[in-house]
Amino acid sequence: MKAPYSGRKYVINISILSIGLIFIFRLFYMQVIDDSYKISADSNVLKPLIEFPARGLVYDRNGKLLVYNEATYDLMVTPQQAKDIDTNELCKLLNISKAVFKQRMIKARNYSPYTPSVFEREISKESYGYIQEKLYRFPGFNVQARTLRKYPLPIAAHMLGYIGEVNEDLIISDNYYKPGEFIGVSGIEKSYEKELRGKKGEKLMMYDAFNRAKGSFHNGMYDTVCVAGQDLTTSLDADLQAYGEQLMANKRGSIVAIEPSTGEILALVSSPSYDPNLLAGSDRAKNYMKLLADTKEKPLFDRALMARYPPGSTFKILDALIAQQWGVINDNTRFPCNMGFQMGNVTVKCEAHPSPCNLEQAIQYSCNSYFTYVFLAIMEKAGYRNTREAFLKWRDMVLSFGFGKKFFSDLPYELTGNVPTAEFYDKLHGSNRWRALTIHSLAIGQGEVTVTPLQLANFAAILANRGYYYTPHIVKGIGKNKVIDTKYTSKQAVNVDAKYFEFVLEAMHQVIEAGTGQRAKIENIKMAGKTGTAQNTHGQDNSNFILIAPMDNPKIVVSVIVENGGWGATWACPIASLMVEKYINKKIKRVDLEKQMLEGKVF
Amino acid sequence: MREQKNIFYNIDWITVGLYLALVLIGWLNIYASLHNDEHKALFDFSQFYGKQMIWIGCALVLILIVLSIDIKFFPTFSYYIYGVVVVMLVAVLIFGNATQGHKSWFLIGGFKLQPSEFAKFATALVIAKYLSTLNIKMQDIRTKIIAVVLLALPAGLIVLQGDAGSTLVYSAFVFVLYREGLSGNVLIIGLALIVLFFLALLVNQFVIIGILAGITLLLFIYIRKRRRELFTLFGTFILVAGFVFSVNFGYNHILQPHQRNRIEVLIDKNADPRGIGYNVNQSMIAIGSGGFFGKGYLQATQTKFNFVPAQSTDFIFCTVGEEWGFLGGALVVILYVWLFIRIIMMAERQRSAYARIYGYGVASILLFHFAINVAMTIGLAPVVGIPLPFISYGGSSLWAFTLLLFVFVKQDANRLLLL
Repeated sequence: MKAPYSGRKYVINISILSIGLIFIFRLFYMQVIDDSYKISADSNVLKPLIEFPARGLVYDRNGKLLVYNEATYDLMVTPQQAKDIDTNELCKLLNISKAVFKQRMIKARNYSPYTPSVFEREISKESYGYIQEKLYRFPGFNVQARTLRKYPLPIAAHMLGYIGEVNEDLIISDNYYKPGEFIGVSGIEKSYEKELRGKKGEKLMMYDAFNRAKGSFHNGMYDTVCVAGQDLTTSLDADLQAYGEQLMANKRGSIVAIEPSTGEILALVSSPSYDPNLLAGSDRAKNYMKLLADTKEKPLFDRALMARYPPGSTFKILDALIAQQWGVINDNTRFPCNMGFQMGNVTVKCEAHPSPCNLEQAIQYSCNSYFTYVFLAIMEKAGYRNTREAFLKWRDMVLSFGFGKKFFSDLPYELTGNVPTAEFYDKLHGSNRWRALTIHSLAIGQGEVTVTPLQLANFAAILANRGYYYTPHIVKGIGKNKVIDTKYTSKQAVNVDAKYFEFVLEAMHQVIEAGTGQRAKIENIKMAGKTGTAQNTHGQDNSNFILIAPMDNPKIVVSVIVENGGWGATWACPIASLMVEKYINKKIKRVDLEKQMLEGKVF
Repeated sequence: MREQKNIFYNIDWITVGLYLALVLIGWLNIYASLHNDEHKALFDFSQFYGKQMIWIGCALVLILIVLSIDIKFFPTFSYYIYGVVVVMLVAVLIFGNATQGHKSWFLIGGFKLQPSEFAKFATALVIAKYLSTLNIKMQDIRTKIIAVVLLALPAGLIVLQGDAGSTLVYSAFVFVLYREGLSGNVLIIGLALIVLFFLALLVNQFVIIGILAGITLLLFIYIRKRRRELFTLFGTFILVAGFVFSVNFGYNHILQPHQRNRIEVLIDKNADPRGIGYNVNQSMIAIGSGGFFGKGYLQATQTKFNFVPAQSTDFIFCTVGEEWGFLGGALVVILYVWLFIRIIMMAERQRSAYARIYGYGVASILLFHFAINVAMTIGLAPVVGIPLPFISYGGSSLWAFTLLLFVFVKQDANRLLLL
């Protein structure tokens, strides 16, 4: 017997099957076709934990430590876990009041009850040891280590540079950096950022719904290891650098010392300077603004690489070289000097010295008249069709000596100085309306031509090497293998024969023996030098000097510029000489001269 | 006829197998969703999975007891059992403990007993008893009223406990009544009302009324000659229009705010994913992230790390979906569908109307739980807090479902002994 309505079981069975099928289709869509749930799940659970490698250390050429990392400790709190703690005890440990404690806890709780936030920043090393011991009594509190850049010697601030938080633009353009991370902002911290920073490690961590860490994802299958930054060995001589900075105290200007046989920079002084420790640590921003606000001294301004000084008489050496190479004068060529140069309405003043003199004497006495004649000869007698063409050839020559352009060295923010172009004079005087006499100031390194102290030192290196240079650089070794870019080990030759250099150096030796640079003389070291005195629109003339020592086997060349220092012989010459004495003899015998320079104030 | 001594005589092993499979899957997933490094031991009775082990053991004992009881016991005592449960439902309102806003628990020693779980079983018994009485016909208006009263009494008491989800379960009996002769229109009207309810929330009600008016007009042109049907047509239109208008009122004034939220989340999946939509959103993320093969047993991240709420009870299906993927999810769905169709088949082979009607009651109750619970976790139904039979954690629900099913298995085993 069939029960009535038994056919209705089919309706019910079909309903059951339909529900099952709808569920299976829905599951298939959610789990197999639609990927969005998987992405949401990952973002729910996975967060990368970044491991920061230690930044590379920086040493001087003798292995002296210039930059290291110091651990500092932040006391962190996870409010949810910080329960039943002895508030009094903790306040005593940190030396804070109960009100401050409460206020910070509220702030941390507002940030997040489950994730740690900073409770006290940069606790001192002494209190760290103490707190660490007692930390077990304060659940929810832990200490997080960070590193700060530290500078054991307060020198070479501009060269070393500093690190700062990455800015928005960089985060967008370079996906290596994340907000709050640090990057080299200036100096070698900037130019060797990639080497110094190493490689961040990334650990994929799982977090639960309350943002508590739950261990690594897939046993660290997707994690990357962090690689420590590489150490840098700079070519700097820390003692020489420190000495240079002492000599330049209370003066504005710069000292650059180079080892000519390698192009390695031995000292790079820009004065006034600052303690590099000021721009590391929590007061960085405050100190930076303070330094920036000093518009008179401009301590942040790296004069060695960026200032533009007229080279003055040191430029005469260049005239002598080019004129000889081009055959427009020889070592016997004499020009008159009657307390100066006089032609048409052009007058160039000079000091009293024997006249007429030959090239050697002209260098020795730094005769303005003589080199104005030389410059006219370069422009007019070299066989070029017109002044403009001669000027262009001359300019190429000047540029080949490293002037008027950047070295693109490992020091960021270098500037070019200025060697005026023909177009500049076309614009100034009109096309074809300028002659050699129009631009005669170039002869004695005045007028539109400007150079940086680094370029001037490099020029001295070319003289020392008798015709070539290595791109001046500050880092002589990267990492364990101490490799550097081949561009620092390839010769840059200039188109002047070595014999002309010999002649010029001999004359520059006379500058020291019996000429304008006699204050540079050091017992037992044969040197070549040249004074420069260049007009400064702000007050007294700039005093500058280049020095090569020893002349026959050069180990060091120095360029010194003291702003408003008057005669080259007054400040720049003795300072350069003391630098040489310090570097070669390691000991200063001329104590009086040293004292005079150290205590001298030039403003 | 002589009664069999062997209590396992002629029992339906397929049903028993499906039951055991679901219970096992349930325990494995409860363990997966709750285990952690501190509590790894399988028999840690401080943990839900340890306790569930005890509940399962008790359930197996319960099965043996049920299979040992004379098959005439439940038909004979249906009304008494029903009566006892109704008294308990009243008592729990007075003496019960409140958990999560529901006053539906007796605290007996360490146990929490939930009478509403057993009320479904008692109601299935009483409906079977009543409808199988001689000379009772579903067509009679008196029969309908008494049946509805028998259903409404426990349902109403459970509403008073604040457990709307368990109340909704009683609507499942419409399948039983339908099978016993209730007009099929009831099913169609019910379905239409549900559709209209959501339409009224989603679309401007005047647009719906306009469309309904248009349909009415077309029907009017078609049957305009038959006066009696015209009366029905317009009467229906007025009732339906009234329903549509009252949906908004009812939605805003009768439903509790949290119930409104659950419906809102269903309609708009992106509504406030951190607030009212959090449960459903996280539940769908957990299941959706499982992929085809799943993340592997004990490898879930979403459920294990507490992103999904109530993961061992109402949202246990998330753990299945995340760890076992589409394969596991589909397997569980197939096991249930198989069980339901098996029960329907068994019900149809009964000689007694009592056993048949009771069988349909069992299938309907289990189906309703399964459909609403799974649909909720995959975003097809609003969040209704009812357990997934045999799988969700909980002693009361496991025992009640076990009792429900095995009373029927016993009836089925001895079907040939009757008459």
